[in-house]
Amino acid sequence: MKSSELTGNEREAVAGEIDPFEAALRLGDVKGRSPWEDAWHRLLKNRAAVTAAIIMGVMILVVVIGPWVISWDMDYTDWDHTNSPPSLANGHWFGTDAVGRDILVRTLEGGRISLLVGFVATIVSLLIGVSYGAIAGYYGGVTDRVMMRLVDIIYALPFMFFVILLMVVFGRNIVLIFVAIGAVNWLDMARIVRGQTLSLKRMEFVEAARACGVENRDIIRRHIVPNLLGVVMVYVTLTIPQVILVESFLSFLGLGVQEPMSSWGALVSDGAQDMESAPWTLVFPAVFLTVTLYCFNYIGDGLRDALDPKDRL
Amino acid sequence: MSGPASGRRRKQRPVLKVQDLAVTYDIQQGGLLRRHTRPLNAVDGISFELARGETLGVVGESGCGKSTLARALLGLVQPRRGRVLWLGEDLVGLDEKTLRKKRKELQIIFQDPLASLNPRMTVHDIIAEPLWTFYPKIARVQVEERVRGMMKMVGLLPNQINRYPHEFSGGQCQRIGIARALVLNPRLIICDEPVSALDVSIQAQIINLLKDLQRKLALSLIFIAHDLAVVKHISDRVMVMYLGRAMEVSSAPNLYRRPLHPYTSALVKAVPIPDPAARRRTATSGLRGDMPSPLDPPAGCVFHPRCPYAVKRCEIEVPPLRRLPQGDWVACHLAEELDLTIVKSG
Ligand code: SF4
Repeated sequence: MKSSELTGNEREAVAGEIDPFEAALRLGDVKGRSPWEDAWHRLLKNRAAVTAAIIMGVMILVVVIGPWVISWDMDYTDWDHTNSPPSLANGHWFGTDAVGRDILVRTLEGGRISLLVGFVATIVSLLIGVSYGAIAGYYGGVTDRVMMRLVDIIYALPFMFFVILLMVVFGRNIVLIFVAIGAVNWLDMARIVRGQTLSLKRMEFVEAARACGVENRDIIRRHIVPNLLGVVMVYVTLTIPQVILVESFLSFLGLGVQEPMSSWGALVSDGAQDMESAPWTLVFPAVFLTVTLYCFNYIGDGLRDALDPKDRL
Repeated sequence: MSGPASGRRRKQRPVLKVQDLAVTYDIQQGGLLRRHTRPLNAVDGISFELARGETLGVVGESGCGKSTLARALLGLVQPRRGRVLWLGEDLVGLDEKTLRKKRKELQIIFQDPLASLNPRMTVHDIIAEPLWTFYPKIARVQVEERVRGMMKMVGLLPNQINRYPHEFSGGQCQRIGIARALVLNPRLIICDEPVSALDVSIQAQIINLLKDLQRKLALSLIFIAHDLAVVKHISDRVMVMYLGRAMEVSSAPNLYRRPLHPYTSALVKAVPIPDPAARRRTATSGLRGDMPSPLDPPAGCVFHPRCPYAVKRCEIEVPPLRRLPQGDWVACHLAEELDLTIVKSG
């Protein structure tokens, strides 16, 4: 803090001249700007993040509303136009696949599943991870050591092996995909939240609250949780694309959603087989998938920059 | 002869009496397999008294245990032994609930003004939090009125009540911290290096503010700092700490004129250098070596490896903190023989 940063108010107050002090008071209460508002304004200035957010918003709208508007059903077979390239004339804007199913509607339906998996699995990992990490971090000591050792052990299990095992035992099932991905992703969340809680617990303002006699539950409510939110938000936006990617990978391996349902991963996998004869079956879902992943990553980066203004001053 | 101020004050019954206070941390050492803990005596047998309205300066290099001492006095860390008598009642070993009530009377101001304020709370909420805690049923209007009053008292504009810590300068943040500490009308404030993180020009303002408030509110202060220059103007008496132990407790004028302990003398000689970087370099001018690790403090007098006057006896026998005829306290075998009077040069 430079002395030049001293506001006039402070200097006058020290000098004991009350007049400007009183004058300033007559102006009424000054509105404060919370770190959230600051972050929001910084985020709005980040062009990449804003663009990504807009694209993402449009994407979600199209994916949700699209399948209702388009006249084709996702499993309707148009025998007159199998393997049709994209054309406005026959109404298959994105073309059809080898059995005459409309690629546009399949891409949108697949998007519904992909995004759903992304959001639901992230929420699952958010709920487990935040509570687990916060408890371990706040109580510390033996509790912390046992809980985090357990995380290490689960972390060490090979994920793919775990998923394949689940699929073999319970059969392919979309709920199982949520569970499998969420069960692995919460580990990272728990680690991050625990670390953050540990360092927050040692912050001077938490100590100040303790010195004032504030009770544990109020400390967690007023001091720990609000300061965790930023990190959690950033991590959530970065987890969604990660989960979507994992789901696509599973689908590509043939372990993902089951026909007639589809996801971007499954569509890319199908399209890859007909890549030479009907490239459009690959290109459209692949573009949707890639754009989504990019958008989430840009939004996440933007959020991180906005919420963590280390190099602002 | 002790200074007149401390002489007058010492006749009163002390509000705070600390007896043989010791704090030990368990330090984890070793790798995954051969992990073991070693005790670190951060504070080792500190005793002092504090009168109403008196200021005790506590000075020492970083790592000498002064911050731990502050936290132990408030019950934020558990002492291993010793007593902290507040108005005659021992705070050590009190259960959390009773201790919480006592915290109304003992408050602390922290070193890093910004870090000691929750970035997501407004000034109003920060200053009001102690009120909410101790008077849960207090009316909202009353809280706001009190908060505005406190802001005015510490030299902040009350119309900034809805702003957030990051919208203030370091000096202003420290004022918010002071307002928070004062809002419950405490009787003792522990200032843990309250100005070390501030610009030099602002340091004086904050120290003057504290002095002012102390006079108005009849506060007792414990003022912790890492160099003597800062505590000089505010302290009635000064305690010099080294490796968790008190080396000397003297009235401020005596300490600056004629230190009793060789370590104090080294610190006093280091004071007049205004540039902080140079000060750090010469903080222990005339001393050999560095401060030993508190994990294995030297035997005998803890200061002997660096003391220019050390004799054989110093390596074996621990010098107790004892009172000299003029009323000051020192922990040195040779206190009577040494003349460490500071010769003002220039
Ligand atoms: S006791 Fe000995 S070593 Fe310690 S300060 Fe005095 S002279 Fe120096």
